[in-house]
This record gives sequence, structure tokens and C-alpha cells, in this order.
Amino acid sequence: MADYTSSELLTINAARLLRDGDRVFVGVGLPNLACNLARRTHAPNLLMIYEAGVIGAQPARLPLSIGDPTLVSGALAVCSMYDIFAFYLQRGNVDVGFMGGAQIDRFGNINATVIGDYAHPKVRLPGSGGSMEIAAWANRCYLLTPHSKRRFPEKLDFRTSAGFLSGRAERQAANLRGGGMLAVVTDLGIMEPDEMGELVLTALHPGATADQARENTGWELKVAHVLHTTLPPGVEELRILREDLDPQGIYLKGSAG
Amino acid sequence: MSKVIPLSEAVRQFVRDGDLVYAAGFTHLIPFAAGHEIIRQGKRDLTLARATPDLIYDQMVAGGCARKVIFSYMGNPGVGSLRIVRSEIEAGRLEWEEYSHFGMISRLQAGATGLPFMPMNPTAAGDLEKANPNYRTVKDPYSGGEVVVVPALKPEVAIVHVQRADADGNAQIWGIIGEQKEAAFAADRVILTAEEIVDENVIRSDPNRTLIPGFIVDAVCHVPFCAHPSYTQGFYDRDNNFYLKWDEISSNREATQSYLDEWVNGVKDRAEYWEKLGQEVHQRLKIESRPSATVDYGKY
Repeated sequence: MADYTSSELLTINAARLLRDGDRVFVGVGLPNLACNLARRTHAPNLLMIYEAGVIGAQPARLPLSIGDPTLVSGALAVCSMYDIFAFYLQRGNVDVGFMGGAQIDRFGNINATVIGDYAHPKVRLPGSGGSMEIAAWANRCYLLTPHSKRRFPEKLDFRTSAGFLSGRAERQAANLRGGGMLAVVTDLGIMEPDEMGELVLTALHPGATADQARENTGWELKVAHVLHTTLPPGVEELRILREDLDPQGIYLKGSAG
Repeated sequence: MSKVIPLSEAVRQFVRDGDLVYAAGFTHLIPFAAGHEIIRQGKRDLTLARATPDLIYDQMVAGGCARKVIFSYMGNPGVGSLRIVRSEIEAGRLEWEEYSHFGMISRLQAGATGLPFMPMNPTAAGDLEKANPNYRTVKDPYSGGEVVVVPALKPEVAIVHVQRADADGNAQIWGIIGEQKEAAFAADRVILTAEEIVDENVIRSDPNRTLIPGFIVDAVCHVPFCAHPSYTQGFYDRDNNFYLKWDEISSNREATQSYLDEWVNGVKDRAEYWEKLGQEVHQRLKIESRPSATVDYGKY
């Protein structure tokens, strides 16, 4: 058994996707930890932007909510909600967006709205929040999720946010910004879009198998010709996460949910 | 001219059954005390609009005040589901109207600036635009392309909590400024609650920080700790424990009702509520000072 949790695995692999100098639209939970980890390792100039209207946050503690006061104290700037979505996101000033959602389809489209019929919901989810615009206007989108059939259905119940729509060509024709959903990091590996925009398995974490990934995906998952193995979480990465960023294990203790 | 009145009086005068209410604040400065007063006074058939309904609308829906909610993210921030609103929607007992954050805030922006609608670049996702007929697509007359538009949101009443205001309602906010200014300008009537009522000279010493001018404000209420379990930047912390606890309380109808009986209907006002929370909570929510460097406006 590996001596790290699946949440730690997801967070560390997400942090590695970030580049120094990226302006990242951050969510709470694992994306927040991934950004802080990147900032303390290979990306010291990463700029964290929160949809609550905070730019250049340097949270001194782990924020539970996206509007935590620790995001404000010591930040570079604070602006209104309209400004953050208009001046920053819509204008094209955000490099990376972290997405969340209950369902992701093979083209990286996301459902964060409803399970069942919209007018008569079986399970009512929180809804778009910033998701619809982040997916359209951030340059690169990433998503962290446990690998399960329920998360990766053949068909979404509702398309809250655009990935590649029905394929790369449709996204291109829609004049959206940026590259779309560029990586889905799961507890088994990493899926990335192929030339058609379909998510294919491009890497496995140490110990995971392609069969496991196939069995836990609701569509017929393609496996890349060259299948990489991710580097296991490093000692220093784990130390920073456990000792500095989430010492109480609020997000990291369990399996990713 | 002083507009300072008790919060109970402001709610009595300015919130009417059937109103579209916007209680502002993105996580920060949520006017819980006003929500509780609305429950106590038994207001009915309200349409409750907020980007994030948060616990305040969960409680007001549980208290029987709402006919409809308008929102863009219906969750308990950082915790999970907003159980009361969610179960009422799933049961078909509560109407709802839904946007993305940008759509919601664009509606307020239009309302606040006197425009009929606001345009946004299309996001191509499509389903929300199909589900909500208030989303429309119009031709950009300059490029010939398309923009998505949403209509102005014009609440009958906005409730805004601030760090400090003078007696006329000139109000200053710092920290997350969400949509307070937009809600106030969009609404017909504005109820202001403030941690501190200060002299006009204090406001005039730092005019850049004034988000809301007194002349659009109808009532000014001095309500320390109004935002708990939300927070007021520089005054007290967010009570994350309560946000977690509400997840349990709201999963059970009886527990929800006894919460309302004890903490809303069982207290007279916010002062009594805060007192009742007790020393342990007061201590836990205390914060250290971190003042800004002062700016010099110059004497002219």
C-alpha cells in the first residue's frame, strides 16, 4: 500500500500541472492546496485569484470557504464580484481554472446542476457558480476527481459548463477562449484530450492499471499509445502538504470525494 | 438627517409581504440579523435573491418566508449542500430561478446602472440558457456576432451590512465587496445595518472607501455582530464551526424547527442572540489587528 492518501495524490499531481507565473482561478479544497503547494515548490510566482474578488491571495490558514477573510488580509487587490468575472475572467486575464462537478463526460463537459430532469430534479446540485464562465474563458482548465462511473457517465444529465462540447471543432467554432479541459486528474491516473477533444488515459499513478480506469469510466475509455506512469508523491511535497498546508488533515486525510 | 432606527422597525417599515429581497454579501457581511428579524415578523411570499443563498436563505425558507429563490450557487460554502432550499426545490414546494455567478451579477449590474439588460460573451454550454428563458441571445450590432443578455434585477428591498456608516447612511466597506454596492443601487429601498455608526467626519476622512452614498439609503440600523455566523472583516471571524453544524441541524426538520425556535424566535434581537452565544464563541471568533498603511489625501 502506498503511504499517501488519494487526496494527497490528486493534489500533488494537480500542483505539478501549474507553471510559474500562472494566474490561477482557485477553488477551495484540493485546488487551493495544489496552488499553495506549487507556490512553495516550483511556482513561487503563481498568482491566486478567488471568485470572491481577491487577487494575489496569500492565505495564512486553510480557508474553508471561498470567501474566507484570510484570503483578503495581505492580498494584492480586492474587487467586486462583477469586476472579477468581467475584468479578470471574461477579459482573458486568467490562465488556469480549476473545475468541479458531479459529472464529466468524455469531452470534458461538466454537470454541476442537477441529476435527473431539470424541472423535476432527483438530486439538486449547487449549480454553476463561476463554473460556466471559468470553463469558457480560462486558458487551461483542470479537474480533480475520484475515478468512478458515476462521475464519468456516457451522457450528462445537464451541461452546466463547456469542455469540448461535441468535440474540438465545436468548441473552436463557439469562439471560446483557451484550450478547454486539458487534464482530468483522478486517483487512478490522468486523462487528457486527444486531437478530437476526447479524454483518453495518458498516465497511470504507480500501482494503478488501465483496466481499473476502464472499469470505472462510463464511456469506452481509450488508452494512449504511450502510457506514462506519474512520479509518486515526493517526500518534500507530502511534508509541505501535511505539516504546513493542512496540518489537521481536513482535506487530505481521506479519500478524495 | 438621521435615519437611525432599530432593525425591527426598519424591517416593519421597509420589507413587505411579496417583496423581492436581496440580502447582499458574498460570504462576507451577510446580514443574518436582518434575516432573523424577517422570520420573527413572519413576512411571507418573499422572492429571495442572492448569488449564494447561504445559510441565511436556508433559514428564511425554513421559517416559511419565501415563495421563490433566485441564485447562482446554492451550496453551503465549503461544506456541501444547502439542505432546506434543496429539499424544498426537490419536493416541488419552492420556485427557483437560476443563473451562473456572472449572469446573476450582471442582472444586478444592469439594475444598478439603470440599463434594461447586460450583455455577456456566450459560454456555449447551453443548458442553463435553455432552462431559464431570462437568458436571451441578441446580435451585437457592431460585429454581427452574438451576445447573451440577462434582464435587470430590481429588488424592492436590499439589505446591506457594512463595517461603518454615518447616521445618514454613507457607508464604508472593506474586505470582500461582493455585490453590496450593486444591490443597493438596484433596489427601491435600502436597509443598512452597521457594526459601527460613526461621525460624518470619519466617513469624510476616507471618501474612497464609501461604497454606498447616504441618499439611496432608507434606514440605518446599528447592529453589532449582525453577520454571525458570516463575518465582518477586521471585526470578527467567520464561524466555520456553525456552517458545519448547520449541515447537521438542517438535515432534520425537527432540529431545524427547534433551532429557529431557540435562536431566532426565542430571542428579541441580535444583542440577545450574541449574548446567548456565550464567551466560548466570542473568544473563538476574536481576531488580531492588522491595520492598513494610511493614505494621505492632502489638505487643499
